[in-house]
This record gives sequence, C-alpha cells and structure tokens, in this order.
Amino acid sequence: MKKWNIVAVAAVLALAAVTFGTTYAAEKLKVGFIYTGPIGDLGWSYQHDVGRKAMEKALGDKVESTFLENVPEGPDAERSIEQLARSGHKLIFTTSFGFMDATLKVANKYPNVFFEHATGFKRAKNMSTYAARFYEGRYIQGQIAAKMSKTGVIGYIVSFPIPEVISNINATMLGAQSVNPNMKVKIIWVNSWFDPGKEADAAKALIDQGADMITQHTDSPAATQIAEQRGIHSFGESSDMIKFGPKAQLTADTDYWGGYYTKRAQDVLDGKWKSEDTWGGLDSGMVVMAPYTNMPDDVKKMAMDTQAAIKSGKFHPFKCPITDQDGKTVECKGGDHLDPGQILSMNWYVKGIDDKIPGK
Amino acid sequence: MLDALVQIFSLIFSVNFILTVITASTPLLLAASGELVVERSGVLNLGIEGMMIMGAACGFAGAFMSGSTLIGALCGIVAGAALSAVFAFLTLGLAVNQVAAGLALTILGVGLSGLIGAGFVGEQIVQAPRLYLPILTDLPVIGRILIGEDAFVYFSIALIIAIWLFLYRTRAGLVLRAVGDNHTSAHALGYPVLNIRMLAVLFGGGCAGLGGAFLSLAYTPFFIPGMTAGRGWIALALVVFSSWRPGRLVIGAYLFGAVSILGLALQPLQLGVPQQLMNSLPYLATVIVLVLISRTRGTAGSAAPASLGLVFVPDR
Repeated sequence: MKKWNIVAVAAVLALAAVTFGTTYAAEKLKVGFIYTGPIGDLGWSYQHDVGRKAMEKALGDKVESTFLENVPEGPDAERSIEQLARSGHKLIFTTSFGFMDATLKVANKYPNVFFEHATGFKRAKNMSTYAARFYEGRYIQGQIAAKMSKTGVIGYIVSFPIPEVISNINATMLGAQSVNPNMKVKIIWVNSWFDPGKEADAAKALIDQGADMITQHTDSPAATQIAEQRGIHSFGESSDMIKFGPKAQLTADTDYWGGYYTKRAQDVLDGKWKSEDTWGGLDSGMVVMAPYTNMPDDVKKMAMDTQAAIKSGKFHPFKCPITDQDGKTVECKGGDHLDPGQILSMNWYVKGIDDKIPGK
Repeated sequence: MLDALVQIFSLIFSVNFILTVITASTPLLLAASGELVVERSGVLNLGIEGMMIMGAACGFAGAFMSGSTLIGALCGIVAGAALSAVFAFLTLGLAVNQVAAGLALTILGVGLSGLIGAGFVGEQIVQAPRLYLPILTDLPVIGRILIGEDAFVYFSIALIIAIWLFLYRTRAGLVLRAVGDNHTSAHALGYPVLNIRMLAVLFGGGCAGLGGAFLSLAYTPFFIPGMTAGRGWIALALVVFSSWRPGRLVIGAYLFGAVSILGLALQPLQLGVPQQLMNSLPYLATVIVLVLISRTRGTAGSAAPASLGLVFVPDR
C-alpha cells in the first residue's frame, strides 16, 4: 500500500534532512496530510487526496506532499501528526473532526509549523480551521427527497453525533419539510466513518422499515449500491458515487478542497499565512453538487433554483424562525438566520425528527 | 411496553431481517472456522484480518478479470492461504513468536491488499448470484432463507459441519487435536507435528481468504482498502467465544451477526435502548461466556488446546 511507501519515503527524507542539514529542505515547502480513512474510500479521504494532488499540480515543484492514511482518530493521532511535524513538514492538514485535540497539542509543541484542522472549532496562533458548508447541499437533497419519496420516509445512515453530522441531518429535514411538512426521517448510527458491510446492513434495515430515500454521513458507496439493488433512490456523500448507483443516485454533496489547499500552501510560501477560520460553501466551490440525475425536470429545476439562491446568498438553509425538537424557538444570532457558531456547535434536532441524539 | 415487544418481534422474525443477519454472519463464520482448526492444532494466528483483506482484494481482482464469482472465490482462498504460508514459514519453520508474527501478518495483509486492489477501486462486478431451486426457493418465508442466498452462505454451513466431522469422527482429526494438546507427546508418538500444523495454518488462511472474498463479491460487491473493518478480530474473538468447539462457533457467529444487526435495526424504532449498549452486547456476551466456561469442566467446558501458541522445535 502507498502508505508504507510514503512512510518509508518520509523516514528516508527525515534521515536525509538530518544527514545533509536543512539547506535542501528549505527550498521546497513540505506539506503533510493526515487522513482518517484509506484514500481509496471513494468518499471523504479520497476527496482530500484529490485536493492534495490538485495543490501539487498547481504549485509544481515549489511544494512536496506526504500523506498518512488510516490514522485512527483520538489520542493516537498525535503520534502521526507529530511524526510529520518532526520530519520537516511546515504545513500540516488534519482532515477529520476527531483529530482536533491531537492537532492542537502538537501545534502547541511546534510553534513554527502551521496546522490546519478540518471541521473543528479549536484554533491557535499556528492552527487554522477550515470546513465546507455541506449543509447547503443537504438542504437541496432534503427538498429533492421530499419531492421524490413515495413513502415520505428518508433513511439516514450516520457515523458519530458530532455537530457537523447533526447540522446536516437538520438541514436535510428543513429542506424536506419546506416541500412536505410531514416528511419523516429514520436514523441509524453505525459508530464508524467507514465500514462498508455495516453501512450496507443499515441501508437494508432502513429500507425494510419504509425508507425509499437513502442518504448517509459515512464514507463508503455501500448504501448507494444497496439502493440500486432495491430499486430506490440515494444521495452520494463526499464524492460522486454515480458509478455505484447509476439509477439510484439523485445527486451527491461533494467536497473540493484543491483550491483551498493551494491557497494555503501559497500563503505559507509568501509568508502570509495567518490563523483563521474558513468556511466555504457552494459560493466558493468547496461544496459542489454532483449532476442532478434520475429525477423529473421540475424537481431538477427546483434543486437548481435553490442551489442558485444559496450560492448568491439570497437564501440561507438555517433561515429563522427555527423550532427545535421540543417545540422551542431557537435563538437567532445571525440576524435572519443562525450564525456560524450556532451551526458549528449544533447539538439539537429541529422539529419533526423522531430520534434522540446518542449520549444526550 | 407490549407495543414495543410486538415491534421487536415482528422485526426479528421478518425474512429480510433474517437474511441480513445471515449475510452479516457468514464472513465471520468462514474466517472463524479456519481459525478454529488452526488453534486446535496448537497455533495462534492473529493475522486473520490481514488474510481476510487479502482475500477480499484478490477475490475481487479475480472475479473482475474473469467475470466469474467462482474464480474470484478461488483467488480469495489462494491469496489467504499464500499469506498464511508466510506465517507458517516464520512460526513453524523459524520458530518465531506466533503473536508477533500474526500481528505482522495483519499489517502486511492490509498493506499488500491495498497495493493489489488499488487498480480495482471503483470498478464494478456482478454480485455473487443467488441460488435458486425450483419449488424449494419458492416456498413462502423459509424458501429464501433455506436456499435463496448465495453459495458462500451454504458453503460456510457445510464447511463447519465438515470440520466437526473431521475433528471428532476421523483419525486425522484426532491426531490434529493431539498435536494441539501436547506437541511433545504427539512428536514422541511419531506424528509430524510441524507438517500437520502447516496444513492447518494453510487451511485457516484459505478460509479467512474466502471470508474476505465473500465481502468483496457478495456482501458489498466492490473493493475498497480496509473494507474488512475489523471483522478478522471478531472472528478471532469468536473462536474463544466458542471455547474451540465447532457447534458453539456457529451459534456464536450467528449471535454476533444478529446482535449487531439488531443494534442497527432497532434504532429507528426509538425504543429508548441506548444504541451504545446494543453495540457492545456481542462483546459483553463474549466476556460472560468466558466466565461461564472457565467455571465449567468436562465436555461442556472449554476445549482450549493446551499447546496453543507455544513454539515447538522437534529436537528439543
């Protein structure tokens, strides 16, 4: 596997840096990436790797990059991140929520290295955060699902109850309710970002319980494949999964990180890197909807209209007033919509979701 | 309360639920069956996860290139057995520590499968065909379960029955158990301890490879690195759970499958059972069984091989 090649290369490079001093290392910016899944997952980690390659292509020999895949989330990640920091990487992207505390710890230890953590909320002088506003695409998916569903039930396969996942469920439901106020969602937590078998089992269970629209916040195309087999519809996650569901996939909420990675690496090269919080959506091209397929023209038009309205800023998926699960009106901190802080720390469901957030 | 029970029962006894359980249990049963034989011969191979994922990668590659599920399955078996041959060489040939070699085998298998499978990620194959026998398969309810799934499912059942017959009803099986229980005595009696163990290890590798091939050919017909997602370790736990007895292994595999699917399928019903509890049930069950068998002696107790994991060098 590439991982071992890369580890070997990284080890050799580290050795080379020690042996030959830092004269060579200073010329090229070394950029490191930590992925939670395999780059072949065709989902989340795959899209980050597409971004890494786009950065390498854009900046040519000004940069070189290293990635470590299948890095477990949690305290163990610290070793992997530190390994990159120690081997001369000056810019390190940690691409999963669960790397947050480990990244912060290593960032405090290596003040001269710049860190970028995806989808988290902790920052430091040398640690930025970045994320994509996936919920924008989810809202559109919710609308499409409500139009297309016959049973009125969306099946939702989810990994862990973190704010990003919760806000995406909420956005999907708000979108669905805007079309059909009686839409239901059934939710299964599989406690994993990547376990194709389990994702497939969850999809089967959801379909057996009446769902005819499958969406997911996990990384493999297994659920799309099941939807195809059972003759119902699904939405791809992170990357376009149309190959696995040519008749099933309606669209996919895909992430394009290449532009961001290129910009941040260029910032380091120019000495302009600053700690900041970037949150890109449909407008910045960080979130891209896969082609709208397998739906009638009027549904497609509705989706495109919503997409245009969100993109231009005319419409916000979390437009107030919003009522939570218990019927209380949510405080509106962002004027006529929820503010980013509220969305990034979301730990409550909107009205109409019949589920309990695990551990709450 | 009654309402909830009715919901649970109608869920558990639905054909689709049972079929999902069967699919989820089959890879565990296949891999654990092989490991059971390996461990009964006195060898502890912790590399199941690595052999499984190799089977998944090579099985998919074989099926993709040939267009045949059968050839894919054979490729999976060969790949698993080939990787286990490395283990056999290290632990039997060079008398290396089995725990270390087994762990290394998992890491090697995960890496190598990613390399082999890299070119096949995102490719499509035809899912393993479902069996169909006229009349039998058409029977209401039980037909689909009895003979409506793919061949892997029924092969896994046939395999564990064959293993039981072999271990308890043949002379060769008796010898294998003797080797596992006391390799010094078996050696003194003139049995080729290392050769027997090597065959057992290869068999175990083939079974794990087949279990992996089931994942990429029938369960979710695609290949993605790491797609075994820890099933090899569950298979390992199952062998302990079964107290090294084939009958209990089948029960264990299906119990693991059923509880894990139940943990998923019960969630949308909102019955108030914490899903974390449901997800930990299979492991909780393993601990309870271990406690129970440690207190039981005789035929109901553990059949743990006495020489399990011990290095054997003939001249010593």
